[in-house]
Formats: sequence, structure tokens, C-alpha cells
Amino acid sequence: MNVLILANLFDRFDLTQPVGVSHYLIVGAVLFVCGALCMATKRNALGILMGIELVLNGANLNFIAFGSPYLRSDANTLGLDGQLMSLFVIVLAAAEAAVALAIALNFYNSFSTIDVDRADQLQG
Amino acid sequence: MAEAIYWPTVFFWLFAVIACAFAVAVVLCANIVRMAFYLVLSLAATAALFFLAGADFVGAMQLLIYVGGTLVLLIFGVMLTSQDRFVSMKTSREEMSIAILVGACLLAVLVWAAVSVPDWNGLGRAAAEALPLEPTAAPIGMGLLGARVDAPDRSGYLLIFEIISVHLLVVLLGAAYLARAQQKRSSAVG
Repeated sequence: MNVLILANLFDRFDLTQPVGVSHYLIVGAVLFVCGALCMATKRNALGILMGIELVLNGANLNFIAFGSPYLRSDANTLGLDGQLMSLFVIVLAAAEAAVALAIALNFYNSFSTIDVDRADQLQG
Repeated sequence: MAEAIYWPTVFFWLFAVIACAFAVAVVLCANIVRMAFYLVLSLAATAALFFLAGADFVGAMQLLIYVGGTLVLLIFGVMLTSQDRFVSMKTSREEMSIAILVGACLLAVLVWAAVSVPDWNGLGRAAAEALPLEPTAAPIGMGLLGARVDAPDRSGYLLIFEIISVHLLVVLLGAAYLARAQQKRSSAVG
């Protein structure tokens, strides 16, 4: 089973054929995992924000891949819905970044640090 | 006789490798300024992948809003808070190794899911070359105004568009207020 999947994976590296949805999904998965790790391991609040941007980008890439008519053999694409969804995600990410940055600046002004491990005032 | 190289695939791999490599660099790098720079490159390569999937308008918006707007905001944040001791905050080695282990497991599951559906394998070369190239800006604009010219049986997005407009207004006012109120208080204290 695993060997089959590995062979399936290496089949995909073929420069004479068009790419498919699964190629895009793999790139999106890498971006998502990197973003999740970034959110989990960084101690700088702005580093966590960058991780969130990476996660949202991985999701956007999946939306675009599922909406594109050039990537799959059947006609079950999301069509324009995928692109519209990713537009909404981009706009909401901009709003989220603005608010998160304001919060981070406020935190920095009150505690003179940007280390999230020091933000422990609310613990019981 | 080998077939000729299909150039969109070559460009896909080029930009995919750039996007993934710089995303990994964002995770592994401890310096916040370099992380911001790597993130710019990763997001720009993602925009190129959007173009390659036929989403020209979304790719342009990605470059304008994300690379041009959100990241400038992030870099301002980095500059406003970058004292020497915060520029480089290292993660401990144990935490990083656990994170990489968990990330590898998650990635394995996601990749397995991505390659296990036969319908997602992509078109044949002849079929892909026969598809017309359609600009998407006009249908997206009509969809946001509530009329779907591409798929008349699907619903438009006018309500969501309005909600997001008001949401953006409220959020930006709130962010400006949040960043401003603190200055007043600190000047009153000082």
C-alpha cells in the first residue's frame, strides 16, 4: 500500500504532462503544515501572525485548485465559487492582520515585550 | 520518442519549490526580519501558482493585498517592535524536534489524502491544450454584484460582499482606535 502510494507520488513528477489538483493540494499541504508549525513554535507574536498568513495561503491554494477547470478531468469543479471564496479569505486576512497588529502593538506598549510566553496575566 | 516538455508544468514545479522552500525557511529561521522577507517570497510564488491555475484576478489581488498590503503592515510591526532581544528569539531544540515530528505526520496524512483520489490526477495533455483561456475578472465582478454569468444556477455573492465591506470598515476603525487609545493613555501617564 505504502509502496503504491510512493510510486503514485513519483509518477507525478512528469514534465511532459499537465499538473492536476493533487499537485496543488500537496503544495497547499506543505504551506499549511509550515504555518501550523510556525504558529506552534514561534515565541514572537508577529511570527505567529506570519504562521496564520501561511495557513490561510495554503487554504487559498486549495480553493483555487478545486475551482480551476484546467486541473482535473471531470467537470466537478467549484468553478468561480473557489476564486470568490479565496478573494474573501484574502480580504479577511488583511482585516485580521490589522487587528492582530494593533493588539501586538498594544501588548508591546504595556509590557515592553513581544514574547507571547510572557502574556500570562490571565492565568488563574 | 519522448514528448516535448510541457512548459506550464515546469513553471508549476519552479514556483511550487520556491513557495514550499521559503515556507520551510519561515519556520526554521529565528530572525523575525528574515522571516518577513521569506514570507514575501513564499506568498509571491503562491500568486504565480494562482496565475498558473487560471485565476488571474485572484493572483493579482494576492500580489496587491497580501504582498503589497498585509506584509507591509507586518513589516511595520516588526520594525516598531524590533529591539535587539526580540529580533532573534530561538525555539528550544526539543520543542522544534517535536514540532517537526508532528508536522511530518500531518503532512504525510494530507499528502496521502491528496494523491489517493484518481479524479484529481489532472487532464491529459491534448485535453489541457484544447481548453480556452478565459479571463476571470468580469465574471468575478458580476458574481460579487449578485449575477452569475458563468453558472446561472448558482447564487451570487452580493450579501457576503456587503457584509465583508461593513466588516472591513468596522475592523479598520477598531484597529485604528486600538492602536491610538494606548498612545493617549501612555502620554497621560508619562
